[in-house]
Amino acid sequence: MDTGTTTPDLLSSVAGSGTGEGRLGAIQSKLLSARDSGRKSLCCYLMGGMSPDWQDVARAIENGGADIVEIGLPFSDPMIDGPVIQHASKLSLDSGNSPMSVIDSIPCMDMSIPVAVMTYYNIIYKAGLYRMAGRIASAGIAGSIIADLPVEESDSWVTTANDAGIENIMLVAPTTSPDRTKIICDVSQGFVYCVGTMGVTGERDELPNSAKEVAAKVKAATDKPTLVGIGVSTPSQAASVCAIADGVILGSAIVRRITEGEGARGIENFVRLLRRSID
Amino acid sequence: MRETSSVADTYSGSPGNIHSQLDVMGDPGRTGRYGEYGGRYVPEPLMAACLELENEFRLAWADDDFHNQLDSILRSYGGRPTPVTECGRLSERIGVRVLLKREDLAHTGSHKINNVTGQALLARRMGKNRLIAETGAGQHGVATATAAAFMGMECTVFMGEVDTLRQELNVFRMELLGANVVAVKSGSKTLKDAVNEALREWVSTCETTHYCVGSVMGPHPYPWIVRELQRVVGDEARDQCRQLLGGQDPDWVVACVGGGSNAAGTFAGFTDTSSNLVGVEAAGGAAITHGTPGILHGMLSNLLQDDTGQILEAKSISAGLDYPGIGPEHAYLASVGRARYESANDDEVVKAFCQLSELEGIIPALESAHAVAWVIREAGKVIPFGSTVLITLSGRGDKDVSQVRDILRKSKNDNEEGRVQVG
Repeated sequence: MDTGTTTPDLLSSVAGSGTGEGRLGAIQSKLLSARDSGRKSLCCYLMGGMSPDWQDVARAIENGGADIVEIGLPFSDPMIDGPVIQHASKLSLDSGNSPMSVIDSIPCMDMSIPVAVMTYYNIIYKAGLYRMAGRIASAGIAGSIIADLPVEESDSWVTTANDAGIENIMLVAPTTSPDRTKIICDVSQGFVYCVGTMGVTGERDELPNSAKEVAAKVKAATDKPTLVGIGVSTPSQAASVCAIADGVILGSAIVRRITEGEGARGIENFVRLLRRSID
Repeated sequence: MRETSSVADTYSGSPGNIHSQLDVMGDPGRTGRYGEYGGRYVPEPLMAACLELENEFRLAWADDDFHNQLDSILRSYGGRPTPVTECGRLSERIGVRVLLKREDLAHTGSHKINNVTGQALLARRMGKNRLIAETGAGQHGVATATAAAFMGMECTVFMGEVDTLRQELNVFRMELLGANVVAVKSGSKTLKDAVNEALREWVSTCETTHYCVGSVMGPHPYPWIVRELQRVVGDEARDQCRQLLGGQDPDWVVACVGGGSNAAGTFAGFTDTSSNLVGVEAAGGAAITHGTPGILHGMLSNLLQDDTGQILEAKSISAGLDYPGIGPEHAYLASVGRARYESANDDEVVKAFCQLSELEGIIPALESAHAVAWVIREAGKVIPFGSTVLITLSGRGDKDVSQVRDILRKSKNDNEEGRVQVG
């Protein structure tokens, strides 16, 4: 399914909205310097507020050797998430958390690796773009990933986020055409998030071929750091993807462990395993 | 809403299309915007499928062969055109002249067949042989399963678990028609969650599967495609009304609104007339009356949501209207004042359901009974006595009779208990 013939006018109006260049943010700097030193990068996800000890778990992720921690802001209708992260989102909301309460608790966690928030656009739209960008930036959060904000709709948020110093990370999928890939890579900041498999977030027994293919496609289109997520579940899968990609993102494999009651120590050990597998 | 107004300003920047009568219910363009509403907020993995669908629809809709094929199926299989019926006894009772556009007489018992037939043909053009669909009351699920059977396609329907229980017979109907029905257990277990699950399924199958969206909602191009495929309701009704009314259009055109497909199709036939257009929402799911702008299921529209952007559950007697959003074009029509949106509560709806059955021998779907209820309530008030009113009766009520029987029995028992206590 190639969409190279579509919406050239639209895409060209997005291209050159001029966000890719200029001073580098914390995420991109960190990932580029890792790459320059021949190191692969590890980004780990957890849902903010999903368990009483989620802040300890975030620090455990840092201690285990992750380069970036990605924190989910809970949303009632997470369209691209499978059952594990849906459940985590519900746990978070049911325990009285909100997107803002999660953001506001991040400074207290005193993380030394960059933090990105991952959420859905309604959370930002409802809060107001300007207000949300200010709140994210003042919490010391470096980046945002908005799952349902494709490049055509991204201009308002990218501009607002950039003004606040936030790097907005964008997704490239296995079905993304070469033309689109180029434009998304231009607009994306921090890194390019390669969707490793056509499907929702969740663990899979086998690493699909598409995981490496999409990484290769993005590497050919940009020098920006290229990380693969969605469908990467185990240390050996992470290692396999890193043969091509600059790094990996793991979400459901971590969230499931937290849900099953593995505390900070268990998660730190798992992250250490991941780290070792890609080093 | 102050913070979002800057965004709204950005989006409404498409020059001059806001108040131009010509563009009302026209082509929303590549961005799929209706004023500030609409758009395409989907994860990147779904973009290719949405773009492919838009391209294919643009080609098909400009292709006489496609129209001929669609019209022929709708005539010989779908039961079109459906008649317009004068409601003599109801009109006499309430003092306004009521005409019904009888989508309840279309195949599968509702207007949904118009949309699914078109989308199934589109799917075939794209070489996709599997349909997935969400359903609330089950009408769209039944229609999709029907089109799939007719065209020899595979079909999976996602339905909230709560709805599978209150519309048990429709589950069986879909299974009879060869569809696989998946009971959705996430979230509120109703229509909203059925849409989420259908979208999730589509992410992993979109290269071989067409998501047959059931209403004028979702990411562009769906709100546009579904309105165009339902336009036949309004186009037919306008001609039929003119014949009945000596060349005049009805003073009022009324339809129920959940996502809003039968209303959109009906209104599309009347936007360039002087008819007053009214969409009637369920009181417990009134996205225009009680909602605020937000993004859900790929579209920017009015939604029931809390202050932090979490989507709220709609609550209504009719599973088909239990949706916390509304099609973006309705949000637009409301914002520019071309249509007005009202609501009817469950009690009024049950009364209207019974009244239309007794007076006209027509058992309406509970969804459609919302439109009837509003007209009965407002006759002689908002609607002046002597007016002519066209109501689109979007579906028939056979699916709802056991639910209404239970409601009536319960209220009878409650009344009797009440009397005993008083005594």
